[in-house]
Amino acid sequence: MTRTGEIATNGAHPSTSARVDLLLVSEMVESGARVLDVGCGDGELLRILSENRNVDGRGIELSREGVNECVAKGLAVIQGDADTDLADYPDDAFDYVVLSQTLQATRNPRIVLEHMLRIGRHAIVSFPNFGHWQVRLQLLLFGHMPRTEMLPYHWYDTPNIHHCTIKDFRSLCKSVNAKMEKAVALNAWGTPLRLNAPWWFWNMFGEQAVFLLSRSS
Amino acid sequence: MATVELHGETARAIVHDADQPRDSSVAYFGADKPLKLDAGLEFAPFQIAYKTYGTLNAQRSNAVLVCHALTGDQHVASRHPVTGKQGWWETLVGPGKPLDTTRYFIVCANVIGGCMGSTGPASTNPLTGRPWGLDFPVVTVRDIVRAHAMLLDRLGIDSLFAVIGGSMGGMQVLQWAASYPERVFSALPIACATRHSAQNIAFHEVGRQAIMADPEWRGGRYHLEGGNPRRGLAVARMGAHITYLSDAALHRKFGRKFQDRENPTFSFDADFEVESYLRHQGISFVERFDANSYLYLTRAMDYFDLAADYGGVLANAFKRSPTRFCVISFTSDWLFPTSESRAIVHALNASSARVSFAEVVTDKGHDAFLLDEPEMFAIVRGFLEGAGKARGLGHQP
Repeated sequence: MTRTGEIATNGAHPSTSARVDLLLVSEMVESGARVLDVGCGDGELLRILSENRNVDGRGIELSREGVNECVAKGLAVIQGDADTDLADYPDDAFDYVVLSQTLQATRNPRIVLEHMLRIGRHAIVSFPNFGHWQVRLQLLLFGHMPRTEMLPYHWYDTPNIHHCTIKDFRSLCKSVNAKMEKAVALNAWGTPLRLNAPWWFWNMFGEQAVFLLSRSS
Repeated sequence: MATVELHGETARAIVHDADQPRDSSVAYFGADKPLKLDAGLEFAPFQIAYKTYGTLNAQRSNAVLVCHALTGDQHVASRHPVTGKQGWWETLVGPGKPLDTTRYFIVCANVIGGCMGSTGPASTNPLTGRPWGLDFPVVTVRDIVRAHAMLLDRLGIDSLFAVIGGSMGGMQVLQWAASYPERVFSALPIACATRHSAQNIAFHEVGRQAIMADPEWRGGRYHLEGGNPRRGLAVARMGAHITYLSDAALHRKFGRKFQDRENPTFSFDADFEVESYLRHQGISFVERFDANSYLYLTRAMDYFDLAADYGGVLANAFKRSPTRFCVISFTSDWLFPTSESRAIVHALNASSARVSFAEVVTDKGHDAFLLDEPEMFAIVRGFLEGAGKARGLGHQP
């Protein structure tokens, strides 16, 4: 796999207010592709994809408010749950299935990832890295569950029930036979980490990561 | 005997409206254009009464078909000629409304089997010169849609920008998408299901039995022999009306309030406001609706089971569908609950169709689709905007 350097990030586009990880995801998607965004929120990624990439985008969102807002914007979004509703989609229905900042909130991340790779030719997953040094430090020094800008919740009210590190995610990819095509780690300022940095460096200094995966043949 | 005469007049008025609808256009289909019915016969001649609003554009690409529900009719956005009330969906259809009559060409037609000008049991049978009554063939939702497709052929509309409807109207929308996918650019099935459930059928059967138990029904021959099963039809309507509302809505509206009195009368008078309300619903309904039509159309809904027509697999009904779907349900609708809409969405996903699905929070029950629901309006408007862009519809017709 390559850790790509072709991706323009918001470091180069200070004028845009879109989330960096969403722009990264959109750069990984080919123009005109069919995309399913799982956990699409208010539809921001779908909007970026249809405006910049001319994609045929669909979304699944858990919150009713999010869904109704998306549909009223003309986006093809349904109310649903990544854990239960991906099973309804046929094989190869999409070119890309995107899960941004949601993997850690699913009940069964492994099954969700397997469905993504079944439904889509590619899967794109972004997630907060629980191996980031700030997270490690809080647990090590202060002995409490970490709270950061990316992970602002208390342990008792967090929707994030399956945290993982970049290292953990790589081993999950191996065990579901996913091929890692591209990966990007962003530091706390949303800047991509050096490409030639070793994985342990990413795992320590990447605050979030975006992976482009495909099924290994 | 004055009451009996009055009943007779209502019945005669209904027959008149069934043959010569007021404030409506009528398309006639002769013996050369029979309607192929699911019951296995070719039905001719027949007529379809309809209304249009707005202007069909030069490309003929802005037509929207509005499908009415069980007791609705073609008067979707203009004054009803019988009741004098405003159109049944004027909340949604009109200038500047989500179904904007300055942008779209709206068509709404009475269903076959109805009593507002499309051929039904109250229409005159040309062979006998008398109302059809129960000699009218049993029709299905698919027959209704087939007849409306013939109307659109007549109007020169090959492809609809959108088909929209709630309840039985939503069933027609689903049937349209399944039967004529290439003619339906976008589809909005609202508060409906792909099949009538046992509970739905059971409620309808109660209504039908109420009509048939009225001695004035006379085995369905009241148009021939005089009389009108007003009481039976009113009871059917009262029962059905409860299913259109939610417990919360009924309680909010009426609670246990007394009607024009301080204390119970210790009689079977309509002491409670809710009783008085239901009686009013029943009585006003019989002025505009034919009892036999009610039998036929409830039957059409009961027979509806889209999956059954496609080998029991609902997804096959929408295989490779090019249509953009927007499915809408309401949280307090227990007649067509959200789970039914979700089943539609699952099937559409399984066939990779382009689908949006929103559940609107309301305590108004099934009837919510006819009422002032700003969230639904925003969803319909936004969905149609998006579909309009994809269709190349400008802001002006």
